[in-house]
Amino acid sequence: MTRAKRNRLIYNIVTYAVVIAAFVILQSMIANKSISRTLKGQLVPICSWVIMAISLNLVIGFSGELSLGHAGFMSVGAYTGAIVSGYLLTARGVETEWLRLAVAIAAGGVAAGIAGVLIGIPVLRLRGDYLAIVTLAFGEIIRNLVNVIYVGVDGARMRFSFLNNDLPEGVTMLVDGAKGAVGIKRISTFTAGFVLVMITLVVVLNLVNSRAGRAIKATRDNRIAAESMGVPVTKYKMMAFVTAAVLAGMAGALYGLNSSTIVPAQFTFNQSINVLVFVVLGGLGNVLGSVISATLLTILPEVLRAFADYRMLAYAIVLILVMIFTNNPIVRSWADRIVAPAKRLLRGKRKAEGGDA
Amino acid sequence: MIFLNNLISGIGLGSIYAIIALGYTMVYGIAKMLNFAHGDVIMVGAYIAFCSLQYWGLPPVVAILLAMVVCTVMGVLIEGLAYRPLRQAASLAVLITAIGMSYLLQNLALLIWGANTKSFPRTFLNSSTIPLLGGRLSIPSATLFTIVANVVIMIALTLFTSRTKMGKAMRCVSEDRGAAELMGINVNRTISLTFAIGSGLAAIAGVLLCSSYPNLTPTTGSMPGIKAFTAAVFGGIGSIPGAMVGGVLLGVIEIFGKAYISTELGDAIVFAVLIIVLLLKPTGLLGKPMREKV
Repeated sequence: MTRAKRNRLIYNIVTYAVVIAAFVILQSMIANKSISRTLKGQLVPICSWVIMAISLNLVIGFSGELSLGHAGFMSVGAYTGAIVSGYLLTARGVETEWLRLAVAIAAGGVAAGIAGVLIGIPVLRLRGDYLAIVTLAFGEIIRNLVNVIYVGVDGARMRFSFLNNDLPEGVTMLVDGAKGAVGIKRISTFTAGFVLVMITLVVVLNLVNSRAGRAIKATRDNRIAAESMGVPVTKYKMMAFVTAAVLAGMAGALYGLNSSTIVPAQFTFNQSINVLVFVVLGGLGNVLGSVISATLLTILPEVLRAFADYRMLAYAIVLILVMIFTNNPIVRSWADRIVAPAKRLLRGKRKAEGGDA
Repeated sequence: MIFLNNLISGIGLGSIYAIIALGYTMVYGIAKMLNFAHGDVIMVGAYIAFCSLQYWGLPPVVAILLAMVVCTVMGVLIEGLAYRPLRQAASLAVLITAIGMSYLLQNLALLIWGANTKSFPRTFLNSSTIPLLGGRLSIPSATLFTIVANVVIMIALTLFTSRTKMGKAMRCVSEDRGAAELMGINVNRTISLTFAIGSGLAAIAGVLLCSSYPNLTPTTGSMPGIKAFTAAVFGGIGSIPGAMVGGVLLGVIEIFGKAYISTELGDAIVFAVLIIVLLLKPTGLLGKPMREKV
């Protein structure tokens, strides 16, 4: 086994271990009721934000494209999940909650995946800043469209309406335009969230360490070199983009089914930026980092309610400082001078090697 | 008549986009970066003008000048503190920094001025309406001032970049930064100057925007900012006449889209235009094709 391979294996094992350990500890805390109410209410959202961060990291960290419309996929998933779950309950009479949840999450993933393909085809032809601004545009378009969609259930039939609500009286509304998805039964559970996080980890960690993952990273590091080595760039970028969209859709369904209503305003550009902050702080291309930063930054605002006004300000400053510290050559060489001797001390005389995934 | 009215308000809105887009397009042409915080500089400019008029009782012209000075200084500071250290970094890092800067400005404004909507006071800019065609058509004076300001700025900037030494230096840097440096052009100072001009224009745009649409909040600048970037791309990024054409066209498309298709989908229509333009003609209407060097 080569060194790089061993490092990767250790990294993956640590990542899984951290998530499983967190789940076990939290479950035992729930069992003996030593968990605070606010934290308990945050468990499912934490799972969805962790999945969002990991999936966005796949696009930004591994495929090297800045996507600013990730919340759009989340909203597609959340709405689809709410509609499917509502339909199954009202029209089909499916009472089993876990079954409804599973079908809703799967449907959310599929719908977001389809949106991902449709958006990816035009978007991935572009590069750099243009790509970023178009993903932003798509995020806004999705938000605009869900504002004018009306879905209701009438007996066993689903009814749709666009722009104006012309559904007849007596229809059970599932999605009511700007009012959002209404009357959702809250069926998301922490266990379901945990399972979904584990699925995400398995998918992403296996993808980035596979042949396809190496191709994705090659297109990130040097698009032209990768292309001339015969790597079909658009195909692999598409693979990363759609995988991330599917995962974001599932996270959206999980998130949506955790509250009784969801409104389009929950999935704005700001939400995409929030996830971006998770990813950047956790480290681009570092899955475990995304898990930790998404968890901490979701809990932190609840703990530091008194500083709520300063939270976003601090996010902004941290975002800028992290970027300068990791990208400025002078700052980097200065940091290396401090970090490198420390690393050498820790590792004996072996030379420090790039230790990321 | 309604058509003509819509057309004029479209051109008015488009002129605001055009002035904002000038800032984007100049910075993009020279520093090769998308200055995401540009939209929020507009918001700061509008707040400064608001405070000068409402709290300090300054005359409108002084208020506008003060807003311009503050924004110019701020633009130069933003560039020097946040973007200059990343001059050699990957565009992804610069873009994320710019997003961080945009967030920083919004949240600073939120702390200083609060989340409540401020109503922009009436000035000579928006105090009257001008009747045309025997009173069958009335144009708000703010729209007229906006269109005039747009044309004046456009001519002044074109003259500046084609006639003056600093303007020529700017064009050199945008064409080939390395070669410009070898010819003795101070690249850092030229980029600072570009940010200064762009931010000064942003202050004017902020005042004009709030004269036509007087609701001022910390996020006032972000949507017009994004749309103005769309306009800059539409017209061909890096091109000053392109920003003008793109801005005006986008404003007209938005107003017509809202009037004849759907009010709720106005933004969606604008962004759909952006996507179609980028797919069919990625260099925009007046942009020059870019070649990729290996």
